[in-house]
Amino acid sequence: MTELYLPMFIMFAIAAGICAVMFLGGQYLGPKNPTPEKRLPFECGNDTSGTRGVRLSVKFYLTAILFVVFDIEAVFIYPWAALFKGLGWPGFMTMLAFIVALLVALAYCWKKGALEWES
Amino acid sequence: MPTELLKNPYVHGAVYGVVIVTVLMTITAWSIWFERKFAGRMQSRVGPTLVGPFGLLQPLADAVKLLQKEDIVPASADRALFNLAPPLTVLFALGTAAVIPFSPEVIAADLDVGVLWVLAMGGLTVFPVWIAGWASNNKYALLGGMRSVAQGISYEIPLVLAALVPVTLAGSMSISDIVRYQEKNGWVVGMPPGPGILAFLIFFLASLAEANRIPFDIPEAESELIAGVTTEYTGMKFGLFYLAEYLHTLIVAAVGAALFFGGWAGPFGLGSGLHWMVGKTLLLFFGVFWVRWTFLRFRADQLMSLCWKYLVPAGLVLVMLSAFWVHYKAGTRG
Repeated sequence: MTELYLPMFIMFAIAAGICAVMFLGGQYLGPKNPTPEKRLPFECGNDTSGTRGVRLSVKFYLTAILFVVFDIEAVFIYPWAALFKGLGWPGFMTMLAFIVALLVALAYCWKKGALEWES
Repeated sequence: MPTELLKNPYVHGAVYGVVIVTVLMTITAWSIWFERKFAGRMQSRVGPTLVGPFGLLQPLADAVKLLQKEDIVPASADRALFNLAPPLTVLFALGTAAVIPFSPEVIAADLDVGVLWVLAMGGLTVFPVWIAGWASNNKYALLGGMRSVAQGISYEIPLVLAALVPVTLAGSMSISDIVRYQEKNGWVVGMPPGPGILAFLIFFLASLAEANRIPFDIPEAESELIAGVTTEYTGMKFGLFYLAEYLHTLIVAAVGAALFFGGWAGPFGLGSGLHWMVGKTLLLFFGVFWVRWTFLRFRADQLMSLCWKYLVPAGLVLVMLSAFWVHYKAGTRG
């Protein structure tokens, strides 16, 4: 088990090393002359107006909820997909019922207008 | 004995890790040169020509220039998170590469759950983008980050469903097992006539969206959001974001080649080997560039309705169709 995942950690270590070199290289090789103007939030050269606290559309949160529902269902299909050859037609019918339920749920969200971005 | 030494997991991981990371970074650097050249030709320009023959040394010049730029952190930014985001994007992009089988031997870690690992790492890429958007303390960066997260998580679902089709056909989540299955039974794209190619198209579109490539680059729509989450980043930190975008695209092309185009298996019984996998990956990578310079950017609402109203239901139906096909074929055979 450890042997299987060991290369992952090695890979991450190599990647982290490369990132560190690039990051620190940029930090030390570049000039350092921070002025108050440079450190303002950049808005295409205009004076900064308002604060960051902009109101975000509720649709983003709706998308997040839909994602949680459907992505978990999709990942739930994975173990079945790896094993279903041994489950035969009963296994197929069970998953068919599950997918139909998911499609009905999607149709409900659609009907309720949860998928409409503009309105 | 070099071959015996390679069987040691530490040595194997280290050697293939270094080789794969180095090769990927090199291809990525020169793909940026290639894309600029290609885009230039498509727009009746010549692209970079000055640095080296045909501008071939341009990536090195770019790297040196990025390193020499001043590193500005906005006064109101959350400094720690602001600095954390760019390296994280590269880290997650490279983390995916560990499970991609370039040939039966050239693979850093042959995980049983390779497909799941790829999808999980792809899903993680939304975190650094959101961290960058939030920590910049700039409203354009914040909006870009929010859009990017919404797009990334939405397209995650068609991606997961499309990748289920090869998993269903091969009956395994290990990418090398899927490639071996394709070696015996033909590539997934042509497999059950219909679902295979459709699943690949969904996978391709969703990957483009996850990598924020045109026509799905709404998170950094220059005309609306300056540069999205990368607005406040200068010098090498911007370079890291840029590198991660290309790396992610390249790795997604490699995953697509392995899952749908038979990986290291050659077409028409022409043998198999590393060169096939590399060739297919580069061909798909080129396809991404081609799409980028051919199509226009979608609107945010078009993007969302394409995902939820077409790709998600299509993905669910495709999974059942391929499962039906497997059972049907097993039934007729025995």
